[in-house]
Amino acid sequence: MNLKLKIWRQKDANTKGKMVEYPIAGIEEDMSFLEMLDVLNEELISKGEEPVEFDHDCREGICGACSLQINGEPHGPDRGVTTCQLHMRMFKDGDTITIEPFRATAFPVIKDLIVDRSSFDRIQQAGGFISVNTSGNTIDANSIPVNKDDADKSFNAATCIGCGACVAACKNASAMLFTAAKVSQFALLPQGQIEATDRVLNMVKQMDEEGFGNCSNTGACEIECPKGISLENIARMNREYLSASLKK
Amino acid sequence: MAVFDSNIPQGDLANKWVNHKNKINLVNPANKRNIDVIVVGTGLAGGSAAATLAELGYNVKTFCYQDSPRRAHSIAAQGGINAAKNYQGDGDSIYRLFYDTVKGGDYRSREANVYRLAEVSANIIDQCVAQGVPFAREYGGLLDNRSFGGVLVSRTFYAKGQTGQQLLLGAYAAMNRQINRGKIQSYNRHEMLDLVIVDGKARGIIARNLVTGEIERHAAHAVVVASGGYGNVFFLSTNAMGSNVTASWKIHKKGAYFANPCYTQIHPTCIPVSGDHQSKLTLMSESLRNDGRIWVPKKKEDAEAIRQGKLKPTELAEEDRDYYLERRYPSFGNLVPRDVASRAAKERCDAGFGVNKTGEAVFLDFASAIMRYGKEQAAIHGNHNPSETEMRELGEKVIENKYGNLFQMYEKIVDENPYKTPMKIYPAVHYTMGGIWVDYNLMTTIPGCYAAGEANFSDHGANRLGASALMQGLADGYFVLPYTIGDYLSQDIRTGKISTESPEFEAAEKAVKDQIEKLVANKGKHSVDHYHKKLGKIMWNKCGMARNAKGLEEAITEIRELREDFHKNVLIPGSANSKNSELEKALRVADFLELGELFAKDALHRNESCGGHFREEYQTEEGEAKRDDENFKYVAAWEYKGAPSDAVLHKENLEYKNIELKTRSYK
Amino acid sequence: MSGMLNSTIARKVAMALSAIFLLIFLLQHFIINFTSVISENTFNELSHFMGTNILIQFVMQPILIFAVVFHFVMGFILEIKNKKARNIKYASFKGSTNTTWVSRNMIYSGLVILAFLVLHFIDFWLPELNYKYIQFNPEDPTRYYHELVEKFHNPIRVGAYVVAFVLLALHLLHGFQSAFQSVGLNNKFTPALKTFGKYFAIIIPLGFIFIALFHHFNH
Repeated sequence: MNLKLKIWRQKDANTKGKMVEYPIAGIEEDMSFLEMLDVLNEELISKGEEPVEFDHDCREGICGACSLQINGEPHGPDRGVTTCQLHMRMFKDGDTITIEPFRATAFPVIKDLIVDRSSFDRIQQAGGFISVNTSGNTIDANSIPVNKDDADKSFNAATCIGCGACVAACKNASAMLFTAAKVSQFALLPQGQIEATDRVLNMVKQMDEEGFGNCSNTGACEIECPKGISLENIARMNREYLSASLKK
Repeated sequence: MAVFDSNIPQGDLANKWVNHKNKINLVNPANKRNIDVIVVGTGLAGGSAAATLAELGYNVKTFCYQDSPRRAHSIAAQGGINAAKNYQGDGDSIYRLFYDTVKGGDYRSREANVYRLAEVSANIIDQCVAQGVPFAREYGGLLDNRSFGGVLVSRTFYAKGQTGQQLLLGAYAAMNRQINRGKIQSYNRHEMLDLVIVDGKARGIIARNLVTGEIERHAAHAVVVASGGYGNVFFLSTNAMGSNVTASWKIHKKGAYFANPCYTQIHPTCIPVSGDHQSKLTLMSESLRNDGRIWVPKKKEDAEAIRQGKLKPTELAEEDRDYYLERRYPSFGNLVPRDVASRAAKERCDAGFGVNKTGEAVFLDFASAIMRYGKEQAAIHGNHNPSETEMRELGEKVIENKYGNLFQMYEKIVDENPYKTPMKIYPAVHYTMGGIWVDYNLMTTIPGCYAAGEANFSDHGANRLGASALMQGLADGYFVLPYTIGDYLSQDIRTGKISTESPEFEAAEKAVKDQIEKLVANKGKHSVDHYHKKLGKIMWNKCGMARNAKGLEEAITEIRELREDFHKNVLIPGSANSKNSELEKALRVADFLELGELFAKDALHRNESCGGHFREEYQTEEGEAKRDDENFKYVAAWEYKGAPSDAVLHKENLEYKNIELKTRSYK
Repeated sequence: MSGMLNSTIARKVAMALSAIFLLIFLLQHFIINFTSVISENTFNELSHFMGTNILIQFVMQPILIFAVVFHFVMGFILEIKNKKARNIKYASFKGSTNTTWVSRNMIYSGLVILAFLVLHFIDFWLPELNYKYIQFNPEDPTRYYHELVEKFHNPIRVGAYVVAFVLLALHLLHGFQSAFQSVGLNNKFTPALKTFGKYFAIIIPLGFIFIALFHHFNH
């Protein structure tokens, strides 16, 4: 199929960017979206032009590196997938595809479609862990039984890949779903209880300092999340935060 | 300079590690504060090592090319992690895990290392659970297990099909705790481009900031390389696009021996290649072989009809199907080790029974598992005479619970519903057992330079069993390296801060800058991918699942020619002073082009078939691998001498005192 | 309190609590107004009670004023922060694929409701304050019904009233369940609560519109 691509090009963080149009031909349905961009880049390189920079790594939907706002939606029109798993069969011959970086003040553009998501790392560093040293003398794994339902919910929250689609989809560029996923993972496990108060307070504080917006419960994040992380987690974080605020 | 001694402690196998730990030198906590350690790579091995070293009190700097440590490719491991916990009471033990691993590795791994791995495996599970890793649990609240290829017990702990992700996020969380304390400085979007050796010891690295292009010097008292495997030398593999051999190759060129480069694991269950545009291959977890049955049509004409789309696989009668693994290996059936399953698939496809357009795919069929589970579920619900539709519905639910995310992934990529029609799979490059040679302490032949995880060669011999990579990465990082490195660092307590202003740093930095300048100034004709794809084709066709002397000799020449062409004609647009993915790729491919040759050279010298290394000249009449213990029971450690072709072979003889060498049989 | 309200979550919770208070207020307001359709006397009695009871007048009324002002001011503060959180806009942003129109436009439905409240203030509340606390007119327990009916004569005012309540319905369609999510309630009762919220969001404003039209056309 033949397509028209409108892609955000920006030389570096300090230069102004703009949308540039590229026609592209000979795209096959079986290609992934990123393979389509590979084809474009090969063409650009052969013309001596700089290829379009975009983040990607595992190309199997788990590392969370790939991003891209495709036709107004993070990870494009398909559901439950990352951009690398999005296939060209979702598009039609002659389509115009708009490709932009994830937009948020807390995700500044590095180059073209690459954004800096280190704000996510800093939120995790503020408390997204359980303080246990590697001694080899931790108690036997089965001495901490966990209700299966809680364990499953904790796992579901923990499947967050930190891609930032929740922020990109949110009209307020809020990082609540991301932060709530980590808070929930630990809040649901007995191991996570001891540091629960500090964890939620510190992580939310960091989230706010990074300049993310407020949650207004539109639910866009849940729908666009490639891992289907539930809004329940945000409610759980709100509860955790309230009870923590009352304690401290 | 190079120290080639495996340093295996004396004494009984079962007591070696304990005795060793009791005897090695320790560093006093006050002194640890004055010692810096660099860790390159933040996957399971690097991340867990960095976190543990920082917990102990060392100042740690981590480096990864990704934008966050959380994205290291360990995250993609699906199926699980082995541990000799014997929670299922099915007769598992440390010895049995040790035995299975050595046997699975086709008797080409070090006994002492593997035993230690089995020994600490149980600690890993304890540690991870304490860290909040949400492993799968049973209704009683206790941990669940599943079984994996090549073993007869259920010892694999898992978190759905995302075990690697959960374990990596656990290590990343442990790192975050230390970053928060200021004990780890993490340099993300940085790539190590050289090792700096001062007075014969590893004292730092040269790294490129991938955002600004700046070349940076970083000094430390020791350097740990945990940068993963080199499967991407094949271009198409299940590795991440950025996975590379550069850090390993740079230390190899500085004096670290490279061991068994030809031992590559080709994973049997991957989604087949769909066309030339393909950029990477996607793994379907080995756990699927618990319930999926692998088959091809018995008759060639049926295979032909299926390839042309004239016949649907579901229409083929049971008696016209060849469940070739069950036929050839009745005792392990579909759960034979990976190398065996891969070769068997290739054998059928080469014989003309492949089932997709390219003829390079076999079926992985869940129909009988769906019906079996369906019947079971119906009985549980009190329906002892269920209809076929009822059984199918109930069974599909069970399968969805177990493998839902994998089935969804398959459907998204292939656009076929694997609940209704069998999956098509084909082997793909997945893991490299070979790697930097290390001694028992995980130190390379360069003093002060360590290698951990997939980057080293240590534990898997010639073939790795499923769910053992995660085990090894975390064992190295959490439980082995942090102890053994202290022994070395205890001599460094009076050294003081290492300066980056030495002639050695100067020279290393200049070499890196020169290489980059040359590449960018080249202005040739072809993109980096052009060369990488060509290299991949040579590797896959001549150094892949089956190798022979003629092909390997050709590969050596072709790779050498390709490398020369690359340096003459590669085209890298853009500048060196900004984010430039083409330049990053070029630096990596330049190293793959050298490694590829050593790979072929190693494969050519090893005149036997063992594990992932299958030489067509050395096979039994039934096509099984023929090992040669008399001549090849050793680790081939290659020393760099200016070019891959000049590499010098050093042999570390392998001794088996606690396990009897047998022909591996899964029949 | 101001320190606590620095965090986004605390602000959202405060927003939600004021909203829940306003929801309850709205419900009682509706019930009292609705009696005007059934019985002039009941309406007058209830209005008289509300207008003269000390607790209502001097405790609940200030709380109500505070809640209304807080809800609006905080709404604007949050909106400004949200706008700042995305300094470069998307060239293409398809909110309609993953959210409802009402959830994305709370600020606009809110602004219309604010405009209506200003009108409402001028119409009912100012004259009421003037009557009671400035003119010190003698209390007449039967005046309320006529005052109400009087206001619904003007078709333009009734039109504005209808528009405002349609927007209120839209505001509540998202706001009702959103308030509960914000205070951390999301469990097995949530689907039922959401359904209830939808009915609430439609029936109450519709009821207000009915009352307005009823008096407009019947007198």
